[in-house]
Amino acid sequence: MTSEILVKAVDVCKRFGTFKALHEVGLEVRKGEVSCIIGPSGSGKSTLLRCINLLERIDSGAIWANGELIGYRRDGNKLYELSDVEIARQRRSIGMVFQRFNLFPHKTALENVIEGPVQVLGESAKAAREHAMELLKRVGLADKAGNYPAELSGGQQQRVAIARAMGMRPSLILFDEPTSALDPELVAEVLDVMNDLAASGMTMIVVTHEMGFARNVSNTVAFMDGGRLIEHGPSARVLTQPDNPRTADFLKAVQR
Amino acid sequence: MTDTPLPHSSRDAHDIAHLQLVPRKHVGRKVFAAIVLFLVALLIRAFVVGQIEWPVVGQFLFAPVIIQGIWNTLLMTVAAMSLGIALGVLIAIMRISGNPVLEYIALVYVWIFRGAPALLQLLLWFNLALIFPTMGIPGLFEFNTVEVMTPFIAAMLGLGIQQGAYTSEVVRSGLLSVDAGQYEAARTIGMTGMQTLRRIVLPQAMRVMVPPVGNEVISMVKLTSLASVIQYSEILHNAQVIYYANTRVLELLMVASFWYLAIVTVLSLIQSRIERYYARGTRGRTTI
Ligand SMILES: Nc1ncnc2c1ncn2[C@@H]1O[C@H](COP(=O)(O)OP(=O)(O)OP(=O)(O)O)[C@@H](O)[C@H]1O
Ligand SMILES: [Mg+2]
Repeated sequence: MTSEILVKAVDVCKRFGTFKALHEVGLEVRKGEVSCIIGPSGSGKSTLLRCINLLERIDSGAIWANGELIGYRRDGNKLYELSDVEIARQRRSIGMVFQRFNLFPHKTALENVIEGPVQVLGESAKAAREHAMELLKRVGLADKAGNYPAELSGGQQQRVAIARAMGMRPSLILFDEPTSALDPELVAEVLDVMNDLAASGMTMIVVTHEMGFARNVSNTVAFMDGGRLIEHGPSARVLTQPDNPRTADFLKAVQR
Repeated sequence: MTDTPLPHSSRDAHDIAHLQLVPRKHVGRKVFAAIVLFLVALLIRAFVVGQIEWPVVGQFLFAPVIIQGIWNTLLMTVAAMSLGIALGVLIAIMRISGNPVLEYIALVYVWIFRGAPALLQLLLWFNLALIFPTMGIPGLFEFNTVEVMTPFIAAMLGLGIQQGAYTSEVVRSGLLSVDAGQYEAARTIGMTGMQTLRRIVLPQAMRVMVPPVGNEVISMVKLTSLASVIQYSEILHNAQVIYYANTRVLELLMVASFWYLAIVTVLSLIQSRIERYYARGTRGRTTI
């Protein structure tokens, strides 16, 4: 693949108090690429994802997305933190799907999807509604547009959450274990929607324990352990002939 | 144990299963209800035959001075409560702002204005001219405190500011009741802090805040009667003005009670409608 680089992280470090959650992490994701991040619990996968869209502030290093330095403005040889409004603007084009869905419970499925386009992008209610209905149809939930999240199953809520992320017309969507909170029989319907999204050319970074998805859908796989990004390469290679023995051990453990 | 053990033949069991079911009689309940009703009847009778002249109550129920008092009570409730809610939201946001100075000021505010009795605060505001004969920003504008501190302004400040201290606690617990994931979801669709608060967090916090704020509005209706002490013409004050002239003390207190009850009843009905509105999207019901 030779398309342009959409996300690039260089030497990213993140501490929580004295605990170092990310050690000089580097990552490159190209436009249209689906990249899975795998690794044991506590290895820093969520933290890395959250640093990319500024839900966490990094301690050192730099992250670019969509050609822009994220969270900071360069002036001379210093990087100055951006304002709340500027950070909000950068987040518009980076969608995120959470493990626990985090739909707005006081809004219907449709209202969840049009909230961002109308309030943030300033789209007209009519245009946003039409686009939202299209997206809900695409995730198979056109008939649930008027339902509140509490009236939907976990799988349906997660599909609404994906539609909500797409409503912002992002250039990149981050997924943090999108199927881990779901009953086993509901996992497939969410993965189907993600397959469809990947096929449509959306750039995706997916933290997941679904090895099937990593193998069949993603282009590249990154393995993290102990706050370090151990290796990152084409999924077929990383999943079958990893360079690093720790990756091999992890794969052996999850595929048992 | 019952006297009907599991029969050995399924035919017997079948017969028993088709006997008529007779509900319990609840004799105790009926006796108890009768006693309570009897006591209530005695109480009503006491008031009817007591030293109250009901025709006088009826005569003053719609007296213009009383009606004027009702309007003033409602006006004060709205004014003091609006000030209280505005201050409450402001103080609650200061408490969670992450700015240590603002947090500390908010804490001191709550400590002082929740600590001092409401009546005392009213008197302090009303007599503020004794401490500060004039107020204003030096060189910019200045006025005489006595002229500004009318009974209305003093009562509104006294009641509203102490209300703000209570309401800030309600707002704060409302804000804290909203899951952190909601703030994050709002941020990931590009909302700013203010948008998140206004569109996502406050509407959800409302569900938690409406019942206690509703109760506070109802308390406020009754608390406005304190303003009678500083000559604000609300219901109680106007009832007193009448009974100082005609000495029908009990009759006019009955008139005032009637109106307070009427207002509170209407407000309670409104409150339950608002609660239902903010409960939309929740599946949980509250029955035990
Ligand atoms: N807000 C926080 N405060 C303190 N420590 C944190 C915080 N968030 C994460 N950590 C720590 O950072 C480390 C990495 O956490 P992270 O959530 O990124 O792991 P993960 O790889 O996503 O794990 P999992 O698969 O369990 O989700 C963990 O040890 C965690 O305890
Ligand atoms: Mg995680």
